[in-house]
Amino acid sequence: MVKSSGTRSGKVYLGMLFLLSIAPFLFQWTNQPFLLDLLSRGLIIGIAALSLNLILGYGGMISLGHVAYLGIGAYCVGIPAYYDIYSGWIHLSLAVVTCALFALITGAVSLRTKGVYFIMITMAFSQMIYFIFLSLEEYGADDGLVIYARSEFPVWINMEGAFSLYYWIFGLLILTLFFIHRLVRSRFGRVIIGSKYNDLRMQSLGFNTYGYRLTCYVISAVICGLAGVLLGNFTSFISPEMMSWTRSGELIFMVIIGGTGSLFGPLFGALSFLFLEEALSLITIYWHLIFGGLLIALVLFGRGGIDAWLSKLDK
Amino acid sequence: MKQNMRADSVLFIRSLCKSFGGIKATDDVSLSVCRGGIHAVIGPNGAGKTTLIAQLSGQIRPDSGDIEFDGRSILRAGMAQRARAGLARSFQITSVFREMTILENAMLAVQGAQGHSYRFWAPVHQDQDLADIAMDHLMTVGLHHRSGRIVSSISHGEQRQLEVAMALAMQPKMLLLDEPMAGMGKEETFRMIEILSSVGAEKTILMVEHDMDAVFSLADQLSVMVNGRVIATDSVAKIRSNPEVQKSYLGGSCAKD
Amino acid sequence: MDWNLLISQLVNSIQLGLLLFLLASGLTLIFGIMDFINLSHGSFYMMGAYFCGSIVAATGSFFTGIIVGLVGIFFLGALVEWLIARRLYKENHLDHVLVTFGLILVFDALVHIIWGPSGLSIPLPDFLNGQIQFGSLVFPVYRLVIISGGLAVAGILYLLISRTRLGMLIRAGASNRDMVESLGININRLFLFVFALGAAMAGFAGMLIAPITEATIGMGNDIIIIAFVVVIVGGIGSIKGAFYVALMIGFIDTMSRSYLDDFLELLVSTAAAETAAPAISAMLVYVLMAVVLAFKPTGLFPPTAGNR
Repeated sequence: MVKSSGTRSGKVYLGMLFLLSIAPFLFQWTNQPFLLDLLSRGLIIGIAALSLNLILGYGGMISLGHVAYLGIGAYCVGIPAYYDIYSGWIHLSLAVVTCALFALITGAVSLRTKGVYFIMITMAFSQMIYFIFLSLEEYGADDGLVIYARSEFPVWINMEGAFSLYYWIFGLLILTLFFIHRLVRSRFGRVIIGSKYNDLRMQSLGFNTYGYRLTCYVISAVICGLAGVLLGNFTSFISPEMMSWTRSGELIFMVIIGGTGSLFGPLFGALSFLFLEEALSLITIYWHLIFGGLLIALVLFGRGGIDAWLSKLDK
Repeated sequence: MKQNMRADSVLFIRSLCKSFGGIKATDDVSLSVCRGGIHAVIGPNGAGKTTLIAQLSGQIRPDSGDIEFDGRSILRAGMAQRARAGLARSFQITSVFREMTILENAMLAVQGAQGHSYRFWAPVHQDQDLADIAMDHLMTVGLHHRSGRIVSSISHGEQRQLEVAMALAMQPKMLLLDEPMAGMGKEETFRMIEILSSVGAEKTILMVEHDMDAVFSLADQLSVMVNGRVIATDSVAKIRSNPEVQKSYLGGSCAKD
Repeated sequence: MDWNLLISQLVNSIQLGLLLFLLASGLTLIFGIMDFINLSHGSFYMMGAYFCGSIVAATGSFFTGIIVGLVGIFFLGALVEWLIARRLYKENHLDHVLVTFGLILVFDALVHIIWGPSGLSIPLPDFLNGQIQFGSLVFPVYRLVIISGGLAVAGILYLLISRTRLGMLIRAGASNRDMVESLGININRLFLFVFALGAAMAGFAGMLIAPITEATIGMGNDIIIIAFVVVIVGGIGSIKGAFYVALMIGFIDTMSRSYLDDFLELLVSTAAAETAAPAISAMLVYVLMAVVLAFKPTGLFPPTAGNR
């Protein structure tokens, strides 16, 4: 369960992180700025996938509405910008507070249900947010919201260039990885993992699992919201489309393909997904057909994901 | 019910009723479990024994009646609350965490007894104190030398032993054991009887069991349940010679000691 | 008080409610009996519209389009069940979510390939295209056709489930699969039928609405969420629940879209009301769901003991 950096798969992960840290220079050297954009987006989605894995992979809570927090985070940059408020601290705190509140309220209701009910209710709540933003004509609705400058922080934090934004994204990624790594090995993490395997048993050991899972849900939402703030800065065009429930399905796919319940898995999943999306759409405009078929085949015939495959390197 | 008996009892069940559709799984059950010692509940399949345990542990809500634990009614308390109040339960169908090691299972149980777990930073596997306490409990059931094994790779009997260890790790005032001997062979049963005998010397146990030899050698008090009702509660010897019990459960041939 | 508007919106409520019922009833049966989450149920809705549209274009007859389309969707549903769904009943819900999500992508892409990106319109025969008059009230005939179609299906479904042997088997299969199998009934065929029936009803709903809205790619993906809400609030496995809740949600959704801004104007400024109303009416259905689940986590009309 605990992978040290000594194992072969651990080395692969560290190697990947190293590559990611020097990527912008590599891209500049090979004159492919487009790749930097792709990777930036990939890492942002990767952080969102990591946050989903916290509740899904480790906690067994299958949320089909997680993308709502990505959108809320992005709009927490967009809406203040609409009113010429560019302060990054305001964007950040707004994102943290709204995501935490929305997660607290919807989580409190959703986590009383389980199984199919839980999946459906999370999907419905995220649709609610989607439609709310879709109907707010003032902030662009269907046409989206354009922002003209990125979040402003005091002098030493600069988000304007592609390079600097990338490193802030990379920084959040490292922080998230480290935080989740500690969290799942802590007492709190053991309760979450135990509740996934056998909720009844955990309760009979004296754990009020509802409270722990709700806390985990809120934490996961806030991390996703932070990724959303970066997304808002990255795209500078914010639309409700990024919050539709089909996006949540894609996020779940990334977590699964990367390997649930593993630390780095979702990151692999997100990067693979985006790479696949780019590659397949070069082949045909009907790439959704191939992607859907792959998805079906993966579930029917494949198990464990990339992480499980990498674990075989250890054997 | 005599008044001094009630004062001495850890668990006092009064007129408990539970029906599923038209079936009375628990039919006006009243029972008192005295402090210290082992109280066994026996009866044929479908008598309602597991339903009774489920109501005691808080998994199912009774339709009517009351349950008093340590002098206070726990009827409104949830499962987790009852566990923290000192009522530990083991399950008939083994419910240990198969993907974790024996030690990790036990540590989880100890963790549950140690106040809240809203600690997000310190890794559990480096917590030596937690591990030591867990090992103590594993030693009580004789599993300490296998602590590093993954549960899915150990024998059924050892998993049942782990169930008991986890219940003990909760530092309970009373243990509710649902067929601790279930599915065990002769040797494993013998070992479990030894374990329960030593545990029973210090803690109160209410045990549902089918294995008659185990029950007769362990129990201080016996209650017999048939069709949701308790038809007799008494010492082992008196139950064995009770004609009604013989008729409905033991069969005539067990009249001899 | 514009009575015309009120009555016509009430009629629209019933229409939306019945369409939702057609979608939700199949969904709730598939959930309740096979414990299978089918996110792609909306794709049958879409395929129904396209099938019907093509057949109408080929034969010129609306009714042929409906009948042949229904048969086609029934077989499509059976195919999906046989090829894919059947292998997943024993797996966990996450697998269902992923596979049916993949199916949505596949169906949407297939429609794009076969019918192209722009929608398919379905012309109505003249006698269905007109209007009918009751006193001073005027309705499009076709809306009444949709309503009667929906009610007819609801009635047939009710009779099927509660009065026939097949219906009894369906209800029994929900609570005790093994028992039904030991009676010598082929449970695979039962599940196949239920799945295909659900698909056909969804397809029927798509066919009914397409002459008004056009058949478009992905038309099922948004309405299917509301259908899920109906299923959850009504209680998984409960046809009765699906019926009542579908009508209720049809009412709430339609009425709030029309009248909420007027209602809000009584409380706040016109500008505020106009901004808030569409957002709030979008939210209402979900708030309702949250409130219901807070008090009754298994829905309003969960199937009685003996069913799941």
